[in-house]
Amino acid sequence: MEIFKIAAIGIIATIFSVMLKNQKPEFSLHISIITGLLIFLFILSKLASVLEVFNTLAQKTNIDTVYIITILKIIGIAYIAEFGAQVCRDAGENAIASKIELGGKVLIMVLGIPILIALLDLIIKLIP
Amino acid sequence: MNLSVDLIFKIAAIGILVSVLNQVLIRSGREEQAMMTTIAGIVVVLFIVIQLISDLFTTVKTMFQLY
Repeated sequence: MEIFKIAAIGIIATIFSVMLKNQKPEFSLHISIITGLLIFLFILSKLASVLEVFNTLAQKTNIDTVYIITILKIIGIAYIAEFGAQVCRDAGENAIASKIELGGKVLIMVLGIPILIALLDLIIKLIP
Repeated sequence: MNLSVDLIFKIAAIGILVSVLNQVLIRSGREEQAMMTTIAGIVVVLFIVIQLISDLFTTVKTMFQLY
């Protein structure tokens, strides 16, 4: 099972991180970053098949591909922003972490505006 | 994509090695060389981390069509 692998890697990395923390805190940060990246990459390879199903489902139900691509982009931005913010928060830099989250939110808003405009157009069309 | 623990072991080994070298060099009164050893270790580890980060970013970019 994959979850045992992930949990084992997390525990091993935690032991190393705690071991190095009072000697060299920067290496402990590196270990936590690498662990996060490894688990993240592992999860992403699993997520690929889910996305495939999602895409075929959207094609079957004749949803406009622009919306699907926008949703996928938003999910990607959210993943990356979350990851960067967590790394910064791990190192004790709360201010930088919240700036990364702010950047992610603004970019998501920018991507979401065309959908909002489409919705507003639809509403205006419905109102006679 | 398989989960490789050896990267974590590699970084932990570099960290332990650097901290031991650091203490030995400081005990023998060579603070500058201890500092250099620390910086070299950090740079080596940073290369590994940056490679993996770029790997992650390209994977997310291709998967979520973020160009």
